[in-house]
Amino acid sequence: MEANITGSILALTARVLSGASVRWIESQPDTCQRVYFANHTSHLDAVVVWSALPGPVRNLTRPVAAKDYWMAGALRRYLATRVFRAVLIDRTDIKVHNSPVAEMVRQIGDRDSLIVFPEGGRTPGPEIGEFKSGLYYLCKKRPELELIPVHIDNMNRILPRGEVLPVPLLTCISFGPPLWLEAGEAKTEFLERARDAVRRLKDI
Amino acid sequence: MDRVTLALVGGVLLLLIVATAVAYVLRRGTAGGVDAAVLEMFRIRVRAWWLLFACLAGAFVIGQTATIVMFWLISFWALREFITLTPTRPGDHRALFWVFFLCTPLQFFLVWLRRYDLYSTLIPVYAFLFILARIAMSGDAKRFLERTAKIQAGLLICVYCLSFAPALLTLEIADRNAAPADDIPGPNPPEASGEGPDEPGDAGSVDGEAGDVVPDANFSETAPRVANGRDAGGTTRLLFFFVLVVQLSDAFQFAWSRLPSRHVIVPTISPARTWEGFLGGTASVTLAGAALGFATPLEWWQAAVASLVIGLLGFAGGLTMSAIKRDRGVKDFGTLVEGHGGVLDRIDSICFAAPVFFHLARFFLAAS
Repeated sequence: MEANITGSILALTARVLSGASVRWIESQPDTCQRVYFANHTSHLDAVVVWSALPGPVRNLTRPVAAKDYWMAGALRRYLATRVFRAVLIDRTDIKVHNSPVAEMVRQIGDRDSLIVFPEGGRTPGPEIGEFKSGLYYLCKKRPELELIPVHIDNMNRILPRGEVLPVPLLTCISFGPPLWLEAGEAKTEFLERARDAVRRLKDI
Repeated sequence: MDRVTLALVGGVLLLLIVATAVAYVLRRGTAGGVDAAVLEMFRIRVRAWWLLFACLAGAFVIGQTATIVMFWLISFWALREFITLTPTRPGDHRALFWVFFLCTPLQFFLVWLRRYDLYSTLIPVYAFLFILARIAMSGDAKRFLERTAKIQAGLLICVYCLSFAPALLTLEIADRNAAPADDIPGPNPPEASGEGPDEPGDAGSVDGEAGDVVPDANFSETAPRVANGRDAGGTTRLLFFFVLVVQLSDAFQFAWSRLPSRHVIVPTISPARTWEGFLGGTASVTLAGAALGFATPLEWWQAAVASLVIGLLGFAGGLTMSAIKRDRGVKDFGTLVEGHGGVLDRIDSICFAAPVFFHLARFFLAAS
């Protein structure tokens, strides 16, 4: 309950501070199981996407985040485990039987949605980097999940890589139409298609 | 609130209610032949007017500090929109941080301190030099002059120029409406001192006496000003008058440009601005300003001149912003920030008119 209230306050604060305008392009907010995948340019990306979702959807949506970063310090741990209910991935301990994708699938069950950043790390500059294959393997395991491309505009100017102090520019979060992994679609083709879906939102 | 302020605020409130009612009625009967785009524009404007009015009316009640804080927030948001639309490079990041979080609040703090010498130089001198040096230090020389100029222009328009609107509150004026001579309690009956020098019969011998009395009378007349330092009601009404006349000027120019006869002034920048709108709007707002002058510390003809200047600058502000937006390929600063409705679109004329109106009012008040 108190985590819910903290979440609402945090989401509102994030929206006011980032001045985010949210656009749903050929797409609607829904509580069905989804994977939101976005370009990644700043530390605040996960919070910004998460807070752009309407309350009921937000409560079912969990960002995928690095365990080493989010378990350091009591505040971060509280936010990650209680408020965002993040799916924490241990970057130092990746094995075949304990892969991040298996962990995600296990944790979301048949109820939760995910926010992922398939570029892996934060990409400097305005271009969107190559997607890592995690998204593909996630879809292989759960092909019925709706994939929603998300484009985050301007965050690389608000808090660029290596900067601590933000500049309060206005962001724009665009949610695009859902896509699915086609039967028999090759990995590289699928990843390129997904990346294009994000890139296209930038110009609309 | 005194009677004049009440009349001014009440009148504007009435006007707003009428405008809202008109917008509502027009929307109910959309088949009435009114262009839907124009109607939508009108509705957005009415909403912005309400917001502006609420802020100003609130500031009347809470006090001048609240007004200055409100203008700081408007300024901050406008600068946000301006810089968001301006391409910057990672090398500008640190300079931008200081622009937003140091220069902007400091400017309004200096206005609050009433330090004209400082707030009139902070941005055109110190921030100007700082931005150049800070971006040079970042080590990115690509399109250096272009980048610095854009940030400086944003800071000057959105912060420096706009800050002269709340700076109206810091003007020192003797208020002719609120302080007529017979209101002043004092040892000298005002009749005696006021009529002393006018009596023709007392020539030569009384000269000395009159000379003694007149400065006294002058002193007692200016006493209220000396006592409160400045007349708060008068400056607040001056700010209200300014914002009202700017908005009226926008509205008049828009209304006149709807005439069937249309001679567009600068078709490559703004197809909406016509000579008919410009001339008709400026003439109308000059008359309106003269009529509203009673509510300000200005004479009616001074108010008319000031309104004429506001009309000209409001036009210049709108046109300049159109040029910037056209260059950036957007229609409104608001299109980038849907749902937050471009603040800069609403205040462009205020930004341009504020510093000039401030100095004009300062000149008139010092001369009177």
